[in-house]
Amino acid sequence: MATGVQNNQGEILIKNVTKIYDPEGVHVVAMKDCSFDIAAGEFAVIVGPSGCGKTTLLNAIAGFDTITSGEVYLDGELISSRDKQIKPDVERMVVFQNGALFPWKTVMENVIYGPVVQKRMKKREAVDVARKMLHQVGLNGIEDKYPEELSSGVQRRVEILRALINKPKVVMLDEPFRGLDAVAKTVMHEFLMDIFCESPRTMFFITHDLDEAIFLGNKVIIMTTRPAQVKKIVHVNLPWPREHHMLASETYLDLKREVLEAVHEEAKKAFEAGEREMA
Amino acid sequence: MISRLKAGVTDPHLLRALTGILVFVGLWYLFTAVLNLPRFKLIPNPIAVLKDWFSLMPASGRSIFTKVYYLDIAYSVGRTLAAFTLATVLGVTLGLFMGWNRTFYDFAFPVVEILRPMPPLSWIPLAILILPGVEIAVVYVTFIAAFFATVLNTLLGVFSIDKNYFLAARCLGSKPKDVFVNVIVPGSLPFIFTGLQIGMGISWMSLVAGEIIAGKQGLGYAIYEGYFLYQFEHIISYMFTLGILGYMSSAGIRAAGRKLMAWESRRRGA
Amino acid sequence: MRRARGRWPDTMEMIRELRLKREFKKVFNIRLLRGFLSIVMFVVLWQLVVFIKVPYLENLPYPKDVAVGATEAAGSRTYWFGWGISLSRIFAGFIIAQIIGIPLGLAMGISKAFKDYTFPVFEMLRPVPPIAWIPLAILFWPTRELSIYFLVFIGAFFIIVINVIQGVSNISVSLKWAASSLGARPKDIFWKVLVPGSLPSIITGMTVGMGVTWNVLIAAEMIAGQGGLGRMTWEAYTNNNIPFIVVGMISIGVAGYLCSTLVRWLGEKAMPWKKRF
Repeated sequence: MATGVQNNQGEILIKNVTKIYDPEGVHVVAMKDCSFDIAAGEFAVIVGPSGCGKTTLLNAIAGFDTITSGEVYLDGELISSRDKQIKPDVERMVVFQNGALFPWKTVMENVIYGPVVQKRMKKREAVDVARKMLHQVGLNGIEDKYPEELSSGVQRRVEILRALINKPKVVMLDEPFRGLDAVAKTVMHEFLMDIFCESPRTMFFITHDLDEAIFLGNKVIIMTTRPAQVKKIVHVNLPWPREHHMLASETYLDLKREVLEAVHEEAKKAFEAGEREMA
Repeated sequence: MISRLKAGVTDPHLLRALTGILVFVGLWYLFTAVLNLPRFKLIPNPIAVLKDWFSLMPASGRSIFTKVYYLDIAYSVGRTLAAFTLATVLGVTLGLFMGWNRTFYDFAFPVVEILRPMPPLSWIPLAILILPGVEIAVVYVTFIAAFFATVLNTLLGVFSIDKNYFLAARCLGSKPKDVFVNVIVPGSLPFIFTGLQIGMGISWMSLVAGEIIAGKQGLGYAIYEGYFLYQFEHIISYMFTLGILGYMSSAGIRAAGRKLMAWESRRRGA
Repeated sequence: MRRARGRWPDTMEMIRELRLKREFKKVFNIRLLRGFLSIVMFVVLWQLVVFIKVPYLENLPYPKDVAVGATEAAGSRTYWFGWGISLSRIFAGFIIAQIIGIPLGLAMGISKAFKDYTFPVFEMLRPVPPIAWIPLAILFWPTRELSIYFLVFIGAFFIIVINVIQGVSNISVSLKWAASSLGARPKDIFWKVLVPGSLPSIITGMTVGMGVTWNVLIAAEMIAGQGGLGRMTWEAYTNNNIPFIVVGMISIGVAGYLCSTLVRWLGEKAMPWKKRF
């Protein structure tokens, strides 16, 4: 478990969350009575078949959407329930799946956007901090470039930095490395790993990549197919900081087997349910 | 160097373009001057048109060497510019506000949607009656045409912005004002500029009609006057002038767009 | 909906609640209310502006006068004849523009050589506003009616060709290759891939073109036509029958809107696959 979290912040409690979509008479119970905890500073990875409500939880925590029933707590404070939904705020940052760097702003303008718009830092100060952060992770010389001029890998890292410069309590990443090739992914993992070890904060990481899940996470939360619930929680007791040779260790392979079995079972169920829907 | 020149001159695209143009002009000349087909009797032939357009003492009194020509251009361009600028300023502002604030949209949309389908030129009689002076009426009708097109395209631009940019901006602590300045305005620029080009084309179209129906002086008016005075040569040269001016104004907007949206042109691989 | 202390509502209860909320919104939709309110405010403002004699706008007719004029028109035969004349002109010019324009656009989109020959001339003529063609059209065509059809044609023609060219170029090369490898001959590729693939752009071209042609028709009628809604509105102007000018404008707007809706509806019918998504 990572140590050194400031004031033990970023503890998330999910209690009996249910989400029902009801567009035009055909109701879909996306999630039912889902409950689990994420400790402060923990790197939690959520895996599961598509449509299993991972995004529902992210939306509830971030403040993008409501839940039908149940409760979500952040550091003891109720942030989402049937009657209450907190609005998006800096303490719960999101890194989006297809990237949401503002295409009309340069890298530097993107990264300093948060602190400047919140009036927490003057522009010059923010530029210094951002420059240091970029330099620290080896992203030099891209300050004045527009996102579309850069490769996806670089764009992702910049977006993560844009989130982190705000020192959020919780960082939610929705399949951030999806679509990157395997080589680029290893660089991303190392990048995220370094950042996480340097200043730990609660991570809520959604992915389909099981290797990625085990490599990055403290615990892997496997969701069932619709209606989603927690199927299994696998604690990853590999030492920190993680290194790539661990991917060949016995411990890792055991963990992988455990996760794979659980996921495969649910994937089959989802597949059959989908076929039944079509038939 | 010579080889590059040769390559340029023998570029198949260029050659075909020239051939096409020559064929068109050739047929035109054939039908009007040579064969004297009945239908084409009153249509001036291309040589006559060119001679008149570029002559020092044109029969129609309007050529590139006469003051009247440039006066007509000035009138038309001035009207179009005035109407277009007003339409852009008001239209983009309205469109952006409607896209930004839902309440504002709910109030504004029905009125806009009812007034919009009315063809701009159908406003002419009413405008002439109500507004002081024909000049204002013509500019007004041109304005109306460009205005609604601009509002629509701006709205479409705002709606085209990926929802995630709004969510990201809010996560990063933006107030509604920040979202407007940092997401809505830059995000809708591409659509706005497409809309401006369309608006420019519409402006010219309405202007000419307005000039014909109600104006004095200006390219459209002169075309119609030419028809009445049996001076047909300058009808065609004026039509081409309109075409050139229209093309130049659209190109100008495109250039301005490229400047403002530097990020679009610097795409990877672009 | 209160729940017993400590008990979570079950699924069916939650669904019922969601549905109730939705039905409620349908009736007491605040957004529709705002829209309705704004139209009412607009009419009230209109009445006020004329009543207190705002400079220039005081010459507008009262809303009531317009309503009276509208009922008069609805009972008049000439009025509906005007509709018929305008509509027939629109359809004639518009349909001919599609018949000539769509194949031309397809040809220009498919054959680079053909496009090289024809596009420059096309692009030279396109920026000329349709209204500027009026004198030329009158000189050329034997009857007024034909020249009006020609003007409507010009309005719609350039738009449809440009849209079709873009539509063809948008069809992904992979589709054509896939068809080829599945054994399609050029004729099949044309009819089964290119034509349906460019259908969305064709529909867009028709919709935009329809809007433009109404504009052109009204101007043409005001300047040169006999009969038709544009002519009627102009005559109301020369007869100083101001309420009827407004009635004419509204009629033109409604007619244009109906035609555009028709084109859009045809478009949806022609592309059933679009609806599913």
